[in-house]
Amino acid sequence: MPSVHFTPNLRRHLRVDSTEVEGHTVSDALSRVFRDNPDLRSYVLDDQGRLRTHVVIYVDGRAVRDRTELGDAVGEGAEIHVMQALSGG
Amino acid sequence: MLLHLGTRKGYLALRRFGTGDWRCERTAFIGDPVSQLLPDPRDGRLYAALNLGHFGVKLRVSEDRGASFTELPAPAYAKEESSAEKAPSVDLLWCLEPAGPDPGSLWCGTIPGGLFRSDDGGRSWALNEALWNQPSRERWFGGGYPHPGIHSVLVAPDGNRVVAGVSCGGVWISEDAGESWRVRTEGMFAEYMPPEMREDPAIQDPHRLAWCDGDRRRIWCQHHNGFFRSDDGGETWTSLEVPPSSFGFAVAAHPGDPQIAWSVPLVKDECRVPVDRRMVVARTRDGGASWESVGRGLPEGDSFAVVYRHGLDIHPDEAVLAMATTTGALWISEDLGDSWDLVTSELAPVYCVRFDRP
Repeated sequence: MPSVHFTPNLRRHLRVDSTEVEGHTVSDALSRVFRDNPDLRSYVLDDQGRLRTHVVIYVDGRAVRDRTELGDAVGEGAEIHVMQALSGG
Repeated sequence: MLLHLGTRKGYLALRRFGTGDWRCERTAFIGDPVSQLLPDPRDGRLYAALNLGHFGVKLRVSEDRGASFTELPAPAYAKEESSAEKAPSVDLLWCLEPAGPDPGSLWCGTIPGGLFRSDDGGRSWALNEALWNQPSRERWFGGGYPHPGIHSVLVAPDGNRVVAGVSCGGVWISEDAGESWRVRTEGMFAEYMPPEMREDPAIQDPHRLAWCDGDRRRIWCQHHNGFFRSDDGGETWTSLEVPPSSFGFAVAAHPGDPQIAWSVPLVKDECRVPVDRRMVVARTRDGGASWESVGRGLPEGDSFAVVYRHGLDIHPDEAVLAMATTTGALWISEDLGDSWDLVTSELAPVYCVRFDRP
């Protein structure tokens, strides 16, 4: 199963744990994570379900291309990392 | 007397122990931008709106006056199936106000221009469709932000009369608690727009609205083009010349005397610093016919301080003024603005100051 990891910076705001979930796309995998942790959803996605502007998701080291529908495919043993883009001061 | 501050780097509450003696009593959200606060006089709750940048806007509430906070769902737009790339998402929670006498009824003005209402203390929110679906909203545009926003919501005690300021989108009035709206900007103008659009209600840029609690016919408006006054509850507006400059963001109305108001002038829209870099407060005591520059104690030069639109507040009973700046200074006046005491100059840029309402 794909595994999903989150930037530790999210732990300042709410509980997040790395987890293994079923799923063939990024959207599938995240939906399962959010089912168990619904508050997390609005930290990663905007009102329309798009990836937030300053959040990036890597699948096996490659940034996802579909930031609107999150349709990028994930393989059986994929490593999905939800990270924040660097900005601010 | 308690004062709440929302800053780019967190929340602070300061308590007054004597003239000029204010001490920080509480902090929260250290490191996170706090865009708005509502110390709710109806039930003692404290609402805090955050803008976490990477992770979006958030809403928190405290039931113990700021000692601890819990998360509420922030206002959000419904998911649209079509044109997903352009569909709206809340960028900023810009103003929070009680929506009437019932505790838990709230208005939240946002960027990109949605006005949301809750009737259960923020546990759920509904977009005000009557305002969102106004045809002229297509012509609203952002002022300083990429999208338009609602920064001022004045609410009569019974909750029925609501006056909302949109930057840039005019002044909107409802007499039925938001079920219907009309735009009212007669008298306002924008010299910086093409001539045929100069008086178009949909492009007017009120920066901030404030009314006199003792006489709500009197509304003051700091506008992008200047300073305006209404004598009829926002139906019509009169342009006023405010020396040393009619440009600024913040405005405060005296709670009991409709003749008294304050603004914090800046040079102009393309040069947002104090005139001659000398920070002053402009005050009228005759309904805007004349103005005086006051501010004994404020820096006499070399100031780059800007007071954001929610950075000036007046205590409803004691007529104490609080003013905080983008340069991280908090000033208090206990003599209607004649003189100011510096409480601290070590804050992050301040987005909002709000007195605890008794």
